[in-house]
Amino acid sequence: MNVHMLGATAARVLKQLRDDRRSIALILVVPALLLAVVYYLFENETVLPGAPRTFDRVGLMMLAIFPFVVMFLITSITMLRERTTGTLERLLTTPIHKADLLFGYGLAFSLMAALQAAVATAVAYFVFELNIEGSGGLVILIAVINAVLGVALGLLCSAFARTEFQAVQFMPVVVVPQILLCGLFVAREEMADWLEAISNVMPLTYAVDALQETAANADPTNEFWVDLIVVSGCVVVVLLLASLTLRRQSK
Amino acid sequence: MAKHLKEQSQPYDGGPQRGVRGPDADGQRSQPDRVQQPGPAAVAARDLTVRRSGNTVLDGLDFTVGTGAITGLLGPSGSGKTTLMRAMVGVQRISGGTIEVLGRPAGSPSLRSRVGYVAQTSSVYPDITVEDNVRYFAALFPVPRSAAAEAIDAVGLSPYAKRRAADLSGGQFSRVSLACALVSQPDLLILDEPTVGLDPVLRVELWDRFARMAEAGTTLIISSHVMEEASHCQSLLLLREGRLLSALSPADLQRRGGSEDLERAFLALIRDAETREAA
Repeated sequence: MNVHMLGATAARVLKQLRDDRRSIALILVVPALLLAVVYYLFENETVLPGAPRTFDRVGLMMLAIFPFVVMFLITSITMLRERTTGTLERLLTTPIHKADLLFGYGLAFSLMAALQAAVATAVAYFVFELNIEGSGGLVILIAVINAVLGVALGLLCSAFARTEFQAVQFMPVVVVPQILLCGLFVAREEMADWLEAISNVMPLTYAVDALQETAANADPTNEFWVDLIVVSGCVVVVLLLASLTLRRQSK
Repeated sequence: MAKHLKEQSQPYDGGPQRGVRGPDADGQRSQPDRVQQPGPAAVAARDLTVRRSGNTVLDGLDFTVGTGAITGLLGPSGSGKTTLMRAMVGVQRISGGTIEVLGRPAGSPSLRSRVGYVAQTSSVYPDITVEDNVRYFAALFPVPRSAAAEAIDAVGLSPYAKRRAADLSGGQFSRVSLACALVSQPDLLILDEPTVGLDPVLRVELWDRFARMAEAGTTLIISSHVMEEASHCQSLLLLREGRLLSALSPADLQRRGGSEDLERAFLALIRDAETREAA
């Protein structure tokens, strides 16, 4: 690991993104707009006294799911370009370590994710009066870890796509099942056992569980930290797998 | 290996230090070398073979490239030039034989800061500026901060340093790729068709720059399918259908091919080889 090379890589990735103002706008604004949609969707629901609004549950989960989905897409396309234009092969002929490259990507996109989460969380809190027990800082922390999870999965999946079309098609395969089974639509304990078993091995499940812990408790609980460790562990494992797909030599 | 070449043992008068030794030097191998090489050869291949999905792309190449000179790698399209260069850089897995670069197996980690490679497709980032591209690659090597500006200047792109690479013309774009390799100040620079698509003025400028780099001690291996560019090289490796047709100097090529025109001389060598294969 070389901090200088890692930083240079992160800076380069951010400069590439800076040039693409439209993407930046989409990253920052779209989550807030979709939160508004969810808010107005449940605007007229009757809430029993003491029960949380649907927005407090669904809107909160969306705060963690956006960065995961967006960063997965952006990373898999960027990395695929890196592979197809030959810049990746070129980088691997230089002294840069694979970890510096991967963590450089992770760092750059988690900064973007932190910005995105900050905007979305601020909108949820101040515009739509999101009402949870825990702190907004923890929500952003989970969002950032989730973004890094998206980055890691995107880096890995880009190895199995030859074209950008294929890369996008990995979203229904890798991302959508996690969203379906994470507890957003149906509480996990109400699922069929085999579905719950699948959801037990999906990292997004633990991120959503951590959010629910944050929603229910003013201070972070043990379960919250366990969830975060599980998601972080998944990130490390997926990054290690991704590094195996970066070959310095081709057949 | 190319057995048909063994029978001819033309005298080879390029010194071992500045030049190539290949099949044509075989006749000399039994004699003691008067000039000993000061260090390891820039590139030394022994029976180098590369097979890719069933096809033999490189077939038993034997050659040595000395340091501090320009070696041209010439041959028709599909003759294996790019594969050979990729094998030298270490990104191409080899199926047989050995290839050593600066005394170490090609692709060794310690070579990564000493060998520069410019692929045929310009592998730079189109969506950032020329300067940002070159600075990024500079950051991956232990070079001073000024190296990026020098490399940009070397390829004549200083006026465009702040432009996005994607906004440049095709020739300028490919020079960004070259600058990204120059910035690491490598001992060995491997360039795959660096002059394709450049106008004549620029081509001459680049060859002049390559010559100055060679004088300063850099070893350059440059591929081309334009035979006239061979005249800029001190020595040549001629490839044909994955085999080393000959390793010699441009003057030898003219003499052996019986023509001042390098293209004609090369064609004559090919026809020669074909007649011998047929026999």
